[in-house]
Amino acid sequence: MMSDTAEPEIVEELALLPLDAWHRARGGRMVPFAGYEMPVQYEGIMAEHQWVRESAGLFDVSHMGQLFLSGPGLDAALEALIPADVAGVKVNGQKYSLLLAENGGILDDLMFTRWDDGLYMVVNGACKWDDIAHLREHLPDEIDINHMDEHALLALQGPKAVDALSRVVPGVEALVFMTGGRFDWDGTGLWISRSGYTGEDGFEISVEADKAAALADALTAQDEVKPIGLGARDSLRLEADLPLYGHDLDTETTPIMAALNFAVASKRRREEANFPGAERILLEREQGPIQRRVGLIVDGRQPVREGALVLDGEGNEVGRVTSGGFAPTVQKPIAMAYVPVSLAEIGTRVTLSQRGKIHHGEVVAMPFVPHRYVRAGAAK
Amino acid sequence: MSRYFTEDHEWIDLDGEIATVGITDYAQSQLGDIVFVEVPEDGKQVAKGDDAAVVESVKAASDVYAPVSGTVIEGNPALEGEPALVNEDPEGDGWFFKMTLSDTSELDSLMDEAAYADFVSKL
Repeated sequence: MMSDTAEPEIVEELALLPLDAWHRARGGRMVPFAGYEMPVQYEGIMAEHQWVRESAGLFDVSHMGQLFLSGPGLDAALEALIPADVAGVKVNGQKYSLLLAENGGILDDLMFTRWDDGLYMVVNGACKWDDIAHLREHLPDEIDINHMDEHALLALQGPKAVDALSRVVPGVEALVFMTGGRFDWDGTGLWISRSGYTGEDGFEISVEADKAAALADALTAQDEVKPIGLGARDSLRLEADLPLYGHDLDTETTPIMAALNFAVASKRRREEANFPGAERILLEREQGPIQRRVGLIVDGRQPVREGALVLDGEGNEVGRVTSGGFAPTVQKPIAMAYVPVSLAEIGTRVTLSQRGKIHHGEVVAMPFVPHRYVRAGAAK
Repeated sequence: MSRYFTEDHEWIDLDGEIATVGITDYAQSQLGDIVFVEVPEDGKQVAKGDDAAVVESVKAASDVYAPVSGTVIEGNPALEGEPALVNEDPEGDGWFFKMTLSDTSELDSLMDEAAYADFVSKL
């Protein structure tokens, strides 16, 4: 028996994360990911996925890049590189955005938050070195870029995350989706935002690396919380319509192709049209892109995965699956794919080809599983 | 009845003329949660090492090879509706297919239970 997703050749020494020993002691199966050894699962991806949907799961995402930007003229300087309304973000407010190339292609996706003295940014682990180089090259010299590599990043996700975390760090329950704040825990400062990558309510916690294991212990000591690996993180985010950089997003895709129109929602930024690739992106926004990211439910039970082809009626390749798998909550195979706009309408039947076998599916609305974010002003 | 093992983590039981093939407990534990199994059709001729079945976990698709040459006589019908049987009982109810052998001497190159246990312990 052989896997067709061959193990990547190890070309560089894998780095260890602050919680490496913590994961191993809890039975985490460690695999190479983004240059680190990381836990893909503990008890099993299905059980971990369901646990997050029903209770709360603790994820170690310390491979991600945590940056702190500061200096005079920062807002305008960053707006030259991303399409978000940076200036409009209030202190403790958090926003999703995209680092764009000159042609409008996506270099990375990211979250940033305004702190009193600058902007805190979280970027993808696999892209962080390129991102830092890009920021350093394009931001003025008087902007400081601090890579907070002495900090770990934990995510606590699920409907009971607020119960568990508020017991350990009282006050977090007052945060709403896409806001954050500073909290004290055991003599250590934490930065906590109400955000995540599962579609569930939850929190992301930045903590000094040498306190990360103690915090992880305090969180998993709560009955609601189990540690969760990267495998379930992937199936949860797929069900929640959250694209993964390097798979569903890359330099060949634009925000509009990727159906991330909300990332160019600022009227001021569109009128100024001074972000990279603005001309192309705004034209696509008006007239529609050639291809667009859609969600698919596949007939039957066999997963259709990244790399499978989307075919037209004559069997020509017209698109490609960028993520796919068996969805534990939906209990069906689901996928994200790029298809021509003529095939992007909800309800369109599509033909897929994988390893010489034809599959059929249907374009459906995303997310596949409804988001359960706790938003400002919502009834408790 | 004797049971043989391959380095690709398949097991094969020979009972008279008929062999039953599946994947080992080690294989299912490495794959994790199994969500889909495609078994070969009745009458399919396979040579040793040919792709005979497909097993898909949450993370990846894997081929299951024919451990010996012969003719498939039955795929396990239970796996279509309940692929998790492979996790729960890989060396029993989670069998993949039954076949007749065209050359029983091919079994001589396979491992017995003790040799396979030793092989797995070194992985």
